[in-house]
Amino acid sequence: MDGDLARLSELSPGQTGTIVSVDDAGPIGRRLLDLGLLPGTPVRALRRAPLGDPGVYELRGYRLCLRQSESSRVQVRSA
Amino acid sequence: MPEVIRLALVGSPNAGKTTLFNALTGLRARVGNYPGVTVERREGELVLAGRQAVVIDLPGTYSLDPISADEAIVARVIDDEVDEVEAPHGLVVVADACSLERSLLLVAQVMARGRPTCLVLSMIDELRARGGSLDRERLEAALGIPVVEVVGHRGHGLAGLRELCADPSSWSQPAVPPPEDAYERGAWADSIASHVITQPLAQNRLTEAIDRVVLHPLWGTLFFAAVMVTFFQLIFAWAVPSMDFIDGLIGSASAAIHQAMPQSLLADFLADGLIAGVGSVVIFLPQIVLLFAMLYLLEDVGYMARAAFVVDRLMGRIGLEGRSFVALLSSYACAVPGIMATRTIPSPRDRLVTILVAPLMTCSARLPVYALLIGAFVPALQVWGPIGLQGLVLLGLYLAGPLVALAVAAVLKRTLLPGEGLPFTMELPSYRIPTLRLWLSQVGGSAWAFLRRAGTIILAVSILLWLLLTFPRVPVQESLDPAAAASYALEHSFAGRAGHALVPLIDPLGFDWKIGVGLIASLAAREVIVATLAQIYATEDEGTSLRVAIRADRDSNGEAVYSPATVAALLVFFVFALQCMSTLAIMRRETNSWRWPAFAFGYMLVLAWSMSFAANRIVGAIVAA
Repeated sequence: MDGDLARLSELSPGQTGTIVSVDDAGPIGRRLLDLGLLPGTPVRALRRAPLGDPGVYELRGYRLCLRQSESSRVQVRSA
Repeated sequence: MPEVIRLALVGSPNAGKTTLFNALTGLRARVGNYPGVTVERREGELVLAGRQAVVIDLPGTYSLDPISADEAIVARVIDDEVDEVEAPHGLVVVADACSLERSLLLVAQVMARGRPTCLVLSMIDELRARGGSLDRERLEAALGIPVVEVVGHRGHGLAGLRELCADPSSWSQPAVPPPEDAYERGAWADSIASHVITQPLAQNRLTEAIDRVVLHPLWGTLFFAAVMVTFFQLIFAWAVPSMDFIDGLIGSASAAIHQAMPQSLLADFLADGLIAGVGSVVIFLPQIVLLFAMLYLLEDVGYMARAAFVVDRLMGRIGLEGRSFVALLSSYACAVPGIMATRTIPSPRDRLVTILVAPLMTCSARLPVYALLIGAFVPALQVWGPIGLQGLVLLGLYLAGPLVALAVAAVLKRTLLPGEGLPFTMELPSYRIPTLRLWLSQVGGSAWAFLRRAGTIILAVSILLWLLLTFPRVPVQESLDPAAAASYALEHSFAGRAGHALVPLIDPLGFDWKIGVGLIASLAAREVIVATLAQIYATEDEGTSLRVAIRADRDSNGEAVYSPATVAALLVFFVFALQCMSTLAIMRRETNSWRWPAFAFGYMLVLAWSMSFAANRIVGAIVAA
């Protein structure tokens, strides 16, 4: 497997990756799965808000805003 | 077969659910509330193949696994656990065809409930425009449920959907339900998506291009600021001419009644009770219409989510999120439309906190009070260049409200309404050209909802206040001139007596019974205190002569009633107190109980009294020194 393991929150805008695992503990973890943040899903970091947080990510055909507190729960392998 | 077919629309926000609902029901929606929660309940009637049908527009959701009581309503309606809502015969899942891999996750959850389900694919036009295509028949076969493609705002595919919906019992059901485990569900959705998507769609270039500017660190911030300034200007300044016009209309209607009818209680009631009461409702309409016109335009175009994205970090500091910002900004003009604007906030707790602090924003009704007191008592000193002391005091009052609002919001989020709550997960939809019809119906619907829901309460309280200010009627000496007679009658009314009764409570703030009466009257609306004081002081107008009269007023010891300490206390009181029955009425409607308006009134009163007391003592000490 190539690419480095990183948190989704660490991807810089324009970078792509594939989700490896999600901290699915608690209601927020379950919700992340329901939003389609699932292992094997390709994801691309689009941009960050002017103040640095939240970020927008493209996955499964839609654009999702996540704060760092949530996006750091997602492990990705960067491409 | 059931007498009335009941259908429920399920789908994520932005999936085109509301567009489809409007296309099916022709905009005739009944709006109410679900019991016990603050979620709006929308139902519409239609005729399907000659049979009556009801469509329930369930709130947009990404999951049937609820993480709040309000979210749970979707799952509870589907499972027939809400007493007031009969179980739907058929579930219509609306899914954005452009994000099928995501939408199928919700489809799987709905199908797993075991009720007849069909899938409506929306945004087919966007899918094609971006060069994508999918095989509907294959999707139908893979899911085992009927699948229909529609373009809601053009009406394409609606005939087929209507025909299908006429008999949910005939819908095919899957031989094996989709998996319940979130991870297995993902694999299931991926395998179906790869099987039916015959041509993957390209990126939405237009949306990408616009976002490069609109979400740019510098240009995006400037654009956001420009939108907000326009927004604020629109509801604050541009609504004023039409509000003045309505105000003038009400005034001339009252005058016409006084002229046409002989002096009597009935004439007084019609002119000063009823017409003024209706006026206090209608006066809000220009602001509400303009606010919602702007709000829905931004929403329909796709900018609202982006605005929330840009300011989320700031609002996150105090425990709220980006979408609260717009509601609080609107409250700067008036808390009534501001509280109505909180409907865009998905987290019920964030929404409630925003509603509870919205009345602290410096609304335009405070301005006449500030203007009167500052004009009368703050010396017109030039502090620095063209900047005068009066302007600085006004600026300070304008800033004090929102600063305290943010502090209170932070405290409420940590104490009364704590917990992890909903994560900030928001979809950025593709930009779209809004349809005029939908936009007009949204704006009209909100204006009507205000008139019907809050208007009735506002009217009733206006009339009640008129009664308190008018009764009991006491004999007035013939020799008094009309202004003095009115003043005498007011002092002996229920409100006047209540003003006297309030003295022990408001004396520490330096207020006398006259201010007490003004405070009671200002429950109708803050600016009413000015008119009431004019009546008490029996002055000809509410401008210069009232200023002169209150400046000259002396108490029994010969001291000025409006000492600097008292004036400061009164100004501060108006910064914090929730003297506005319209706000209380709209809070009652939006939170579906009197508990929260009572709480807001209580905490703001305590805040107002203590801050006012502090201001009185501090300014008193400074003056004495």
